[in-house]
Amino acid sequence: MNIVESLRVALRGLKVNKLRSFLTMLGIIIGVGAVIVMVAIGQGAKNSVTNQIQGLGSNLLIISPGQSNSGGVRGGAGSLTNMTMDDVTAIQQQADAVAAVAPMASRNAQVVLGNQNTSTQVIGTTPSYAAVRNQSVDFGRFFSQRDLDSRAKVAVVGTTVAQNLMGNSNTNIVGRIININRVPFQVIGILQSKGSSGMTNNDDQILVPITTAQSRLIGSQSVRTIFVEAKTADQMNAASMEISTILRHRHGLKLSDPDDFTITNQSDILSTAEGITQSLTLLLSGIAAISLLVGGIGIMNIMLVSVTERTREIGIRKAIGAKRRDILFQFLIEAVVLSLLGGIIGILLGGGGASLMQKLSGMSTQVSGTSVVVAFLFSAAIGVVFGVFPAQKASKLDPIDALRYE
Amino acid sequence: MISLKNLTKVYATGDVEVRALAGVSLEISQGEFVSIMGPSGSGKSTMMNILGCLDRPSTGEYFLDGLNIAEASDNQLAEIRNQKIGFVFQSFNLLPRTTALENVELPMLYRGLGAKERRDSALRALNAVGLGNRVHHKPNELSGGQQQRVAIARALANKPVIIMADEPTGNLDSKSSEEIMAIFQQLNEAGITVALVTHESDIALFSKRIVRFKDGRLDSDETVGKRNLAQGPRLDLAGSPGQLEVAGL
Ligand SMILES: Nc1ncnc2c1ncn2[C@@H]1O[C@H](COP(=O)(O)OP(=O)(O)O)[C@@H](O)[C@H]1O
Ligand SMILES: [Mg+2]
Repeated sequence: MNIVESLRVALRGLKVNKLRSFLTMLGIIIGVGAVIVMVAIGQGAKNSVTNQIQGLGSNLLIISPGQSNSGGVRGGAGSLTNMTMDDVTAIQQQADAVAAVAPMASRNAQVVLGNQNTSTQVIGTTPSYAAVRNQSVDFGRFFSQRDLDSRAKVAVVGTTVAQNLMGNSNTNIVGRIININRVPFQVIGILQSKGSSGMTNNDDQILVPITTAQSRLIGSQSVRTIFVEAKTADQMNAASMEISTILRHRHGLKLSDPDDFTITNQSDILSTAEGITQSLTLLLSGIAAISLLVGGIGIMNIMLVSVTERTREIGIRKAIGAKRRDILFQFLIEAVVLSLLGGIIGILLGGGGASLMQKLSGMSTQVSGTSVVVAFLFSAAIGVVFGVFPAQKASKLDPIDALRYE
Repeated sequence: MISLKNLTKVYATGDVEVRALAGVSLEISQGEFVSIMGPSGSGKSTMMNILGCLDRPSTGEYFLDGLNIAEASDNQLAEIRNQKIGFVFQSFNLLPRTTALENVELPMLYRGLGAKERRDSALRALNAVGLGNRVHHKPNELSGGQQQRVAIARALANKPVIIMADEPTGNLDSKSSEEIMAIFQQLNEAGITVALVTHESDIALFSKRIVRFKDGRLDSDETVGKRNLAQGPRLDLAGSPGQLEVAGL
């Protein structure tokens, strides 16, 4: 008997018991579906974290103040206020591997326009911020060096801020005067939307010259964070060393003193984050794989019941000339069809579930082709592995014993 | 065509050994119609199962159509069951939830015949046993006599050299029994060898030769002098598998 006929016989066997066949498949459907969804979630998380980190800028180094350590009381990371605009200038002028430097001093502020108001983050920085953070302007212009030098009260606002203050038609906010903590600023531009990454909305911010921010809004000369763009990806380590030397020298640290600042490398963050999401994906799919295994055991269980129940049928088939191989294939194919069909349905449901999840919860998911192929092959393998034992049991039945079975 | 020499079959159930067959020697030639009779437990079914290649003897020789059955492998036995023997059971043994047509096709499926050939032959065989109008019925939609006729059609499907039947009328009323015997008689007339087990002497009288068993041994072997003719529908054997086989001999 050839394989097509075997397949037909096996399909008939499954059709006779539709409900049971479906319930048997359910284990595989859930297992495969879970694997697909879990991998999609992991992949989606990885993508969004990667995008988020890459969206920070390119070849980026982030310098933040170290911990304060006065009298044995350790403050949190970044609790020192020891970085100033002079440090920024020094890095810009002395570090060879550095392409651009942008400082940042920020605070939350209440922003008012007419009878609308919103609370947002106001960031004081320099014109190079646009280049370092890959932040361009959609309408109007970014502030200039002259604005910086003259402590001009000008602001570039994010699209969310513009919408909150103006309603939907947000373009004509350019030129308007907004009050930031009661200080009037003229809006000169709108930032290009970057969307939200994770919990932070990148469009809910206002950029102003750092000089203005320090004197009018913050009341301190310290710089919260310094963003540095290295000339090339290869020069990031060199830039980091140069900056370290410059800052240690400027801050008068002795050889034995620890750094009073922290330099974070964008590619380090990236690989750490990728490592974390990778293990997240592995963990999730591992759990899902266990349910797949349970599904496989379910198939074996049902196939064993089916073999016992159909002992007489096996006897009849053998009596009229079915060989061992014919019976083996019949039951093996039944098992493989069950698991493969379950696998295919699981893949479809998993894919659908993943995109539904993205639509409903906004969680980004990406169904990976590899996971689909692996799930398909895995479910076929499960059919073979868990089907072989019952099928062999069936094929070894003695025709007389099988016919006599009640 | 069938030659048995000193055939024994011993069942070992626990510590007790049951000698179901204690040395049987028997010859059945082409074209015979043999009834095997004997009291319950005398070894008739055991003998029939061995003849039908469903079981192996413990010792002794069995030649079927020149083949040494005692030395055949499982696969060879399956092939012999498939192509040389048509077996009919007391309890019909049709596949449930499967139409008469598909049941009759089954032996040809395992023989490896194509779908069209299977279908045509199965239809001819079902026509031959008078079930041409019941081909799509499932066993539970057929009477006992009709089910047994489907089983006979299935036995004929692969043009066997011999039909073996273990109490084929045991589950049937007397009218259906006689119809079944009429079919066997006509098949035998068409040249097919028939061997059947029965414990009813009026059934045995439809055959040509009666072999009696007692305690696993041959007790008597006689030719039926005055043979009864079974009343039943005349078969259309022209073009049936059995007829084709006979014509080819
Ligand atoms: N599978 C078996 N295991 C053990 N003993 C068996 C088996 N089959 C038949 N026997 C015994 O062999 C003897 C002959 O049985 P059987 O051939 O069925 O007799 P019959 O068909 O003539 O009534 C009986 O004593 C029966 O109990
Ligand atoms: Mg018996």
